[in-house]
Amino acid sequence: MAKVIEGLYYAESHEYVRVEGEFGYIGITDYAQDQLGNVVYVDMPEVDDEVSAGEEFGAVESVKAASDLFSPVSGTVVEVNEALEDEPELINKDAFANWIIKVELADKSELENLMDAKAYEEICK
Amino acid sequence: MYKYFPHTADDIQQMLDIIGVRSLDDLYAEIPEEIKLHRELNLPSEKSEEEVRSIIQGLAAQNKPLICFAGAGSYDHYTPSVVPFIASRSEFSTSYTPYQAEISQGTLQYIFEYQTLMADLTGMDISNASMYDGTTATAEAMMMCIAAAKKRNRVLISQTMQPAVLAVVRTYAKFHGVDLVEVSEKDGVMDKDAARELIEQDDVAGLIVAQPNRYGLIEDFTGLADLCHEHKALLAVNTMASALAVLKSPGEWGADIACGDAQSLGIPMGYGGPYIGYLCTKEALVRKMPGRLVGATTDADGRRTFVLTMQAREQHIRREKATSNICTAQGFMCLYVACYLSLMGPKGMREVNEQSYASAHYLHDELLKTGKFEKVYDTAFLNEFTLHVKGNARKLREALAEKGYLLGVPTLFKSDCLTIASTERRTKQEIDNMIDLIKTTAL
Amino acid sequence: MNRTYYGKLIFELSKHGRVGYSLPQCEIKGYQLEDLGATYLRQTEPLLPECDELTVVRHYTNMSNNNFGVDTGFYPLGSCTMKYNPKLNEELCQLPGFNLHPMTPAQYAQGSLKLYDEVQKTLAEIAGLSRFTLNPYAGAHGELTGLMVIRSYHISRGDTQRTKIIVPDSAHGTNPASAAVCGLQIVEVKSLADGTVDVEALKPLLGPDIAGMMMTNPNTLGLFETKIPEIAKLVHECGGLMYYDGANLNPMLGVCRPGDMGFDVMHINLHKTFSTPHGGGGPGSGPVGVRKGLEQFLPNPQVVKGEGCYELHCDDESLGYISFFLGNFGIIIRAYAYLLSLGKENIPLAGKLSVLNANYIKESLRSHYNLPIDTICKHEFVFDGLREEYGGDHHAAEHVTTLDVAKRLLDYGFHAPTIYFPLLFHEAMMIEPTETESKETLDDFIAVMKQIAEEAKADPQLLKTSPHDTPVRRMDDVKAVKEPHFTYK
Repeated sequence: MAKVIEGLYYAESHEYVRVEGEFGYIGITDYAQDQLGNVVYVDMPEVDDEVSAGEEFGAVESVKAASDLFSPVSGTVVEVNEALEDEPELINKDAFANWIIKVELADKSELENLMDAKAYEEICK
Repeated sequence: MYKYFPHTADDIQQMLDIIGVRSLDDLYAEIPEEIKLHRELNLPSEKSEEEVRSIIQGLAAQNKPLICFAGAGSYDHYTPSVVPFIASRSEFSTSYTPYQAEISQGTLQYIFEYQTLMADLTGMDISNASMYDGTTATAEAMMMCIAAAKKRNRVLISQTMQPAVLAVVRTYAKFHGVDLVEVSEKDGVMDKDAARELIEQDDVAGLIVAQPNRYGLIEDFTGLADLCHEHKALLAVNTMASALAVLKSPGEWGADIACGDAQSLGIPMGYGGPYIGYLCTKEALVRKMPGRLVGATTDADGRRTFVLTMQAREQHIRREKATSNICTAQGFMCLYVACYLSLMGPKGMREVNEQSYASAHYLHDELLKTGKFEKVYDTAFLNEFTLHVKGNARKLREALAEKGYLLGVPTLFKSDCLTIASTERRTKQEIDNMIDLIKTTAL
Repeated sequence: MNRTYYGKLIFELSKHGRVGYSLPQCEIKGYQLEDLGATYLRQTEPLLPECDELTVVRHYTNMSNNNFGVDTGFYPLGSCTMKYNPKLNEELCQLPGFNLHPMTPAQYAQGSLKLYDEVQKTLAEIAGLSRFTLNPYAGAHGELTGLMVIRSYHISRGDTQRTKIIVPDSAHGTNPASAAVCGLQIVEVKSLADGTVDVEALKPLLGPDIAGMMMTNPNTLGLFETKIPEIAKLVHECGGLMYYDGANLNPMLGVCRPGDMGFDVMHINLHKTFSTPHGGGGPGSGPVGVRKGLEQFLPNPQVVKGEGCYELHCDDESLGYISFFLGNFGIIIRAYAYLLSLGKENIPLAGKLSVLNANYIKESLRSHYNLPIDTICKHEFVFDGLREEYGGDHHAAEHVTTLDVAKRLLDYGFHAPTIYFPLLFHEAMMIEPTETESKETLDDFIAVMKQIAEEAKADPQLLKTSPHDTPVRRMDDVKAVKEPHFTYK
């Protein structure tokens, strides 16, 4: 059974946002990593790139699949998780600890459009 | 009964019974009657093996192969007898793309060897498992530049590129929406100042240059890679593959992408195909690279094995977001190239180039001596060159064709010029005979 | 297996001083390559192998023993039409008379030009269309060319806002990929539960921005799209053109032609339908045909019959050049030999027998494998994994997968079907036997597939660890990506 963590915001496309102040950490959920299998590559944007809610910002690759990453929120990329460049499998180890990008949130009200843990758990069933 | 269909009448009946239908036509019952073809195909009746052979031999006999002094992307090189012999082994030729690696190690290994050979020749880190031909490989290189640059949509291409390559790249650019800008030529080579001006605008994703170029001239790319890289553009070099063995390689010029046609590595001219396009690049660009890619790994018993890899770039997984729509790897032609290079080795490749060089330069000088040609350019060349005919070039070419010689190709946009090539297959006697004919031909 | 050569790469067999070629002594003296100078010459010698002739022959011959082809055994790879490749065709494509330089003046290439024209006319009759170009190099290249024809048509009418193309969700991945290369946006239309296009879902997608629709018929499930006249009518009414992906043309030969179904543009895979060898992935050939009124948009050059002789023709309205010259000519010769051999009697029979073979396997194995769509199929069909009673329940944590079945098949000397495509099912297994397989071969395959099902029930580990008897075992795919080695170093 895939893990779901309380206190995060979830998108239907299986990304999460962990909010800390003005910033959001975006990654893929445990359910998503489980569906993909062994992650071998994460295609990430560059710092200062703009992302917008519902738009693609990168991709996660396993051996026989690739999945686009959709940003749950809008904002500016302030950091990418460089550890994933060498060790993309960290996502399989702990998808919630290993976020992909850190974004300065442009509009916090967008978070209201996302699901809470309970609602997300429902769609993973 | 037919030789390619093993079904007897009994077989068919038994199979229909299992399926639960009465006739072969009943297998098509769901198709609306109004769109079915209710007549025979308007084609000839079946033919025996001897009849088919006779018809096709008859067509071959209607052709008249000429002694070839033409190039322009297709060169008449020697092919060791082993090459077609090995390539036609049907364990190789009747297989599909090596999806089931456990029973496709033959295909996977020769592609791995091909990749190694081409990466080495081009001076690049990696090669894909090949493309259709040199024209489309160059178009793919253009799209690769766009994909790597992300936010730039302009690609520069030298006007001195082989006309066929330029024409295909233009078509791809038009439909793919690439802002393709042709860099003008100066004295038969790309105008480097014109290229510099464009690159310095900082909106160029890549520059594609030609080696040797459409006139056969060898271009000097000194400083070009640094210029491109300073302005975050990629440099792609299209080189005739055989020449890679002796001319400064794309890697040595500092290029990011090497592309072109590998027909010159022992593949017959075959009226234009099948050939094989090569595409090589730096390891950092691997995920932007189109086409199949074979990698080494290990199997469950720890043995070195080969497998299709990095497939997440490809159409069957990424669909419209794939690096390209290509599914082909020209396996049969990869084998041709791998086998050819294995036999020729470094010494053979050098000798082929030395002989082609000598032959082309001798021909060049002898043509000038007839007094019917004059130089257009002074730049160095390898096995192909351009001369101006003091008279009607078309008529001269036709007169020689009647006598069995193909003297070059008409040089595009240069009236009465011919671009002429020679290879190690052309003997001194053939050249001398043709020169004698030219001497007696009125222009 | 030959231990000396097995497992080695050609580079590991190299020894300095050996050669595998012979060239005549150069009679021309006085010209030195070195005169080109350091600016132009390569500074590092290429690391090509140095081998004698026999070493090269043994190396590749041993490698061929590790390969499986149609000539080795049954190859039921769905959507690839792995039919027998006649040997006569191989002989004829190598006739020296065909080895012309592409810039040979047309009058000296009349035989080749006539052959090209004969093939294009034959394909036009089979497809119910007006004219074919044989220039595209492969199926995907044909798709791209066909889409370029469609865009050129719209642009020529000043109808420039048609930038979207409709593609069913069950389509081959090349369809959307080709559309993207052609600069078209993809609009996906859903399939019904039976795998055919949902006409009601299609209707709202149609509008003035639609360039056309791509379809494979029979579709990727091997089912004929019976609503095709209605679909074609709807797309035409909105101003779009219909594109036929010829990947699955084989069963339709002589029965129902794409042109008569309402398609305007199509490609044919000569390496599928017309028996040219797949060559380990290529070279193929993907001729593109068009209905009357679209001929001028085909790529340059075209072969046309002038006064008494064949000529090359370039059209101002053409989409441009998409290949070096006239495509993979050597492949076209092979296809011509096949078409001539079969003739009007056997071309339709090829299609019908391919359908017979597919339905025979389907009916014989449905007791052991899940058949999601129970109807008469065309040349291929899809199973959705092993039935539950044989351990195939994919909801169960430890179930036997389609991959396991596929790998076990290799142990029995069969190539595996296409697996995990189409994406509509979890455990898809797409089987296409083609017409050139005998009942005995099919019976053997059926028996083995049942045997594997029994093994799955009794000893799933036997399948999970298969193959056991192949030259090498299952590979570490993850390692291949994470520790990439694309060349020998």
